[in-house]
Amino acid sequence: MTQSHYQIAHDLLLEPTGLDDNDLNQIIHRLNGAVKSSDVDFADLYFQHAKHESWSLDEGKVKTGSFNIDHGVGLRAISGEKTAFAYSEDLNKSAILAAAEVASAIGRQGQSITQGMPWKRDKVTALYGELDPINAMGDQEKVAILHKADQAAREHDSRVKEVMASLSAVYEAVLIVRSDGRQIADVRPLIRLNVSVIVEENGKRERGSTGGGGRLGLDYFDDALITNYAHEAVRQALVSLEAIDSPAGTMEVVLGAGWPGILLHEAVGHGLEGDFNRKGTSAFAGRIGEKVASELCTVVDDGTLADRRGSLSVDDEGNKTENTVLIENGILKGYMQDEHNAQLMNMPLTGNGRRESFAHLPMPRMTNTYMHAGKHDSEEIIRSVKKGLYAVNFGGGQVDITSGKFVFSSSEAYLIEDGKVTQPVKGATLIGNGPEAMQTISMVGSDLELDSGVGVCGKDGQSVPVGVGQPTLKMDALTVGGVQL
Amino acid sequence: MSLDLMSAAEIAMEHAKSLGMDQSEVALHHGTGVAVTARQQELETVEKHNDAQLVISVYKDQCTGSASSADLSEHGIRASVEAAISIARQTGQDECFGLADEDLMAKNKFDLDLYHPWDMDVDQMVELALECEANALEFDPRISNSEGASLNTYSGTAVYANSHGFSSEQKASQHSISCSVIGESDAGMQRDYWYDSDRNPTKLQSAKVIGKTAADRTVRRLDARKIASRECPVLFDAIMAKSLIGHLIGAIKGGVIYKKASFMLDKVGEQVLPEFVSVSENPHKLGAAGSAWHDGEGVATPQQRSIIGSGVLEGYVLGSFTARKLGLQSTANSGGVRNLLVSNTGHSYDELLAQMGTGLLVTELIGSGINSVTGDYSRGAAGFWVENGEMQYPVEEITIAGNLLDMYQKIVAIGNDADTRGNTECGSILLDNMTIAGS
Repeated sequence: MTQSHYQIAHDLLLEPTGLDDNDLNQIIHRLNGAVKSSDVDFADLYFQHAKHESWSLDEGKVKTGSFNIDHGVGLRAISGEKTAFAYSEDLNKSAILAAAEVASAIGRQGQSITQGMPWKRDKVTALYGELDPINAMGDQEKVAILHKADQAAREHDSRVKEVMASLSAVYEAVLIVRSDGRQIADVRPLIRLNVSVIVEENGKRERGSTGGGGRLGLDYFDDALITNYAHEAVRQALVSLEAIDSPAGTMEVVLGAGWPGILLHEAVGHGLEGDFNRKGTSAFAGRIGEKVASELCTVVDDGTLADRRGSLSVDDEGNKTENTVLIENGILKGYMQDEHNAQLMNMPLTGNGRRESFAHLPMPRMTNTYMHAGKHDSEEIIRSVKKGLYAVNFGGGQVDITSGKFVFSSSEAYLIEDGKVTQPVKGATLIGNGPEAMQTISMVGSDLELDSGVGVCGKDGQSVPVGVGQPTLKMDALTVGGVQL
Repeated sequence: MSLDLMSAAEIAMEHAKSLGMDQSEVALHHGTGVAVTARQQELETVEKHNDAQLVISVYKDQCTGSASSADLSEHGIRASVEAAISIARQTGQDECFGLADEDLMAKNKFDLDLYHPWDMDVDQMVELALECEANALEFDPRISNSEGASLNTYSGTAVYANSHGFSSEQKASQHSISCSVIGESDAGMQRDYWYDSDRNPTKLQSAKVIGKTAADRTVRRLDARKIASRECPVLFDAIMAKSLIGHLIGAIKGGVIYKKASFMLDKVGEQVLPEFVSVSENPHKLGAAGSAWHDGEGVATPQQRSIIGSGVLEGYVLGSFTARKLGLQSTANSGGVRNLLVSNTGHSYDELLAQMGTGLLVTELIGSGINSVTGDYSRGAAGFWVENGEMQYPVEEITIAGNLLDMYQKIVAIGNDADTRGNTECGSILLDNMTIAGS
């Protein structure tokens, strides 16, 4: 497996322009220039080949499709807290060497500590297959997936007026070449299917959306799963048709299992990324060992789950991903780190160095972030609420990591009255302060679920695929942004 | 890699034609840039950008496919064309597909003053970033930390060509200075930022002003409180007000209208804003962020187009595909609206505060709680509590909610304090009532 990954990356990235180990050595040396002797100095090359194909359907037809292919190499040199970065879409040696001149901008001079050759090729245990999902399935079959979703949604309910479905598949091969002499290759498939419907009744229109995917082949979307997505989108839209105005104010809130784990991504995840904590700009900075959540909460970031959207066999710096405990029984245990921040903070690497592409700098990012299961039955949690909100589906979220304020917007929610789920209410944004809101978690369900594989996380203008998950949980006080006082 | 973009476009279209395509269009760009960030008075990052891309769309028998790549070699271009064709073989027919009508192609090219490269080396950029951040750090003792100050410069060339024989080449630049700092009080940390962005670097606010403004905006947020839930008037400051206009434009784009997925469906000819509000786009404005003499399909843009006149929606925002879907004419909006201008009611910012009397001034919105089908709106907000026209204290961890259709009708005044950065020029907007959720 490992050898084949290296071979795939080599054939796609090095072979076409004839780059060999000697050339890589020369480029790394040029980039490392002459490095000041300091233990944080580091340089790396990130070669990436990426293919992306997408198809979309509306009005019952697959109207558009697009295909993108790119390759390039990102070059980075680090000296202390300084980073120089350039990239080249041209993989000829001379172009890459020219891009390496960027290192002079951070004034790298002195003794070289570059190891370079002989290169060591890391053994990587793959968490997903190496199949190219774009080539592995014929275009007609891909188009058929979208038609199946369209048909399943329309047949499910006559109130369905429009179905929009999209299918995307990505195939990436990366080769990471590091100044410490390591070379690491990874081959990464990623697929996603989204189904969105518009329903109409008595002149009122609403929308429902679902989807899923992972690091898999497109045959993952079998008829049963496609039908399931389509029916779920219709169900959500129909629920919304019945929704009344959402209550406004601070109240007990029960969050459903799975995708509502976006709570953890926003309320604690971003605030525990190493860069913000090294710089002291996060509301969680300097709080390791402190209680930042109720003792019922154990939160991890786990990049090691097979086939999942947020998983990586190795991160974008070539380090193995891990199952990192962030919060254990309410106590803050650690941060998510990349190479640069771990070294500056003298903390362990966690395999969270990620980047959108070769044209972007890596930084600490989440993989799959979720909360461990607790002991309560989800029914019991709802029964415990006299008057509150039960939110089971969400759109996006956002956090200000400095003040700790986070929001996430519900797309399907219900009133809880006297321990019973009653009427659906319109989507409302929930807002809180991360460290405070996590303290109010008073019940955690035994029903841990991970999301279906649609998450995209944005940070500093870079998007990466992520996963979230959680069991049903209850927060004693969270502000619900409805219109009904 | 060849960087003669026009030749690349010709190669692509010729290849598409030789493979039997009815029509094709190509958009290419190549640009270079430098970004530097200084933090805590040290250089932190230097990034050099060099991007090129080709996007080709082909049309055959009312089917379409598109492909893109950074590979502008002859081999790479041909491969992209073939990828687009292979997609077009599988897509469904729609008689609305195809290039924009030939008689709509722009004929008069003119200089819109979009290209002003910033002649500066990395050391000079670092120096300006350091100066910018220093002004923020020195502004107030409560400024305790920094996310740094950044300079970005970009200049490049964009080419668009289609098989009607239309082609255009446009050089453009964009530069920015930004600064983000953190303040601290016993109640905790707050962060805010300021930036300026312009095609012409000599028109940018000074590094000093940007640093001081970032710090001022940060300090004024310290010791923010949560307020109790209530209904009250809300004033969106000029920066936040743009988002309300953005939601409106998003809801009248052809794509959501023909799919009947918009809260503005069938509103053309109706009063959607108060009578005193007009919204126009001004694609030929010199040196502006959104300026262009043709749209993304080569269609001539107008000098000015009224989108909302005296509060009445006059038309949708259409490219050729969505126009044909709706049986209408393209409004030269492939690629979006250009340089929106929202009228004002002549009030200054202070006059708006006075008119509001007691209510919420919103200076930040977070989250994306908008249902584009129904217009239901619920977003996280931060700002200031105002009494008798005077700012009392900063407010945070609250939401504001309503329905956009209703919110637009509740606009009572628009300030003359427009923020001129970016593609939308709009002053602060006062709404007479919204629901606030807090403690």
